[in-house]
Amino acid sequence: MAPPASRRSSYSKRAQLSVFTGYVVAGIGAVLGAILLILSIWRPDLPGNLRASANDVTTPATSAAAEVRTGSKGFLESVQGYLRAGAQNAELKREMELARIRLAEADAVRLENRRLRALMNLQETDSAPVAVTRMVGSTSSSARRFGYIGAGSSDGVTIGMPVRTARGVVGRVLEVGLSNSRILLITDSQSVLPIRLSDERRNIVAFASGNGDGRLRVRLINLGINPLEPGDLFVTSGAGGYYQPSVAVALVEEVIDDGAIARVVSDPAASDFVAVMPIFQPEAVRAARTADDQRLGEDEGNSPDNPAGEVPAEPAPMPDGAE
Amino acid sequence: MERYNPRARADQYGSRLHREHSTIVANIVPWASIMLGSILPLFVITAAIPWMPPLGYLTMIAWRIVRPGLLPMWAGFPLGLFDDLFSGQPLGSGILLFSLTLIAFEVIEARFPWRSFAQDWFTTGLCIIVYILFAMIVSGAKITGTLLFVMVPQIVLAILLFPLLARFISHLDRFRLVRWRSVR
Repeated sequence: MAPPASRRSSYSKRAQLSVFTGYVVAGIGAVLGAILLILSIWRPDLPGNLRASANDVTTPATSAAAEVRTGSKGFLESVQGYLRAGAQNAELKREMELARIRLAEADAVRLENRRLRALMNLQETDSAPVAVTRMVGSTSSSARRFGYIGAGSSDGVTIGMPVRTARGVVGRVLEVGLSNSRILLITDSQSVLPIRLSDERRNIVAFASGNGDGRLRVRLINLGINPLEPGDLFVTSGAGGYYQPSVAVALVEEVIDDGAIARVVSDPAASDFVAVMPIFQPEAVRAARTADDQRLGEDEGNSPDNPAGEVPAEPAPMPDGAE
Repeated sequence: MERYNPRARADQYGSRLHREHSTIVANIVPWASIMLGSILPLFVITAAIPWMPPLGYLTMIAWRIVRPGLLPMWAGFPLGLFDDLFSGQPLGSGILLFSLTLIAFEVIEARFPWRSFAQDWFTTGLCIIVYILFAMIVSGAKITGTLLFVMVPQIVLAILLFPLLARFISHLDRFRLVRWRSVR
């Protein structure tokens, strides 16, 4: 298609000038964009407020959509449930019996645990969620994995709080708006999560970061013969002070040289409600941050996009509640 | 009785008797549709891979192709800024890429005034590849082979979606210029 005749540049000085001005103005726009881009890569926390308030505006729409989404998912699941009810019923009964036995055993362990803690003079950590809300959106076209939840500073959410579902860890709060927060999902490649094997006897600690394809890359801290096996469950270790210890994170799927590729236990897309938990040990977080600041000589540790600030390079000593 | 053809006084946007284009609709529809395109990917929850095409960017290109000159050349700045608020990219990446795209299309149009849709699709495909890869580089994600590999579905989807989207935008352009009833 040819452009309309009015848009061809002509011998008219005025028309030529207006075309030229168009290029100049658009060029200035591009340059401004480049400057902003460099600024926001350098200091990722700068435009946070702008973004958070913009998302506050869309939150009503996105949370309504989230409600419809989870509702329709529930409907599909109940239809599927009817189709294979019989076999499932029998299987569930068997599982239920086993689970009752395990529950009784767990009760005994809990009692013993409490007694031992009392002996060691440890305090029970408070783990009531700050807010329970829905996952309302995610950045589905960007290479970064961010999610949005429908609770913000008006619900008491602050930066750094861990977010989990009933199944396991989802991520950590990065930016807080009035009624929404942006969270860094654990599948993001910049997220670093201190974890350990759920099997206490093997005592393996590691870091998990996003692999880029929705799975986690587990890096063992003690190198040597790789002791992992497919099917091993990783839980949070509580190191770093952000996450409660012993929350499920990922299942080992593939063992590689220095660790494993693991599948995330709680897919935020599949869960309807998420809970924002308080920071496990605010003192530990503050301490780690201060040490980092002194080492770097500037306050980069405060920037929410910088995972170096959140986990010290050496594995921190296990916090009290971890073992 | 002999009658006039009822469509005799109509053009493709409807009858012209007592009917006029709405200035408001004609001006708002392109901008609103691009901004809606920027917001839509937010509604999809995906923790695994970014497969959603950058709809705001694609819509802007589609409008640029359907109606050259409708979006001023500086439109990349406000539209890119709006896209940055919701895309999860660092602020400025949308502004830069949207502006450069509009400039590139202006240059291409001055150089090749007569084009077919296939050529426009080709240009758009190149723009999409550059856009997605550049956005990935500046986003701050750790660039690994796996990440490059999982970006492929998004690129392919965006390129294949474009003809459909261009069709949709040309329908939206018809709506933009519909004649509304007005009695003076």
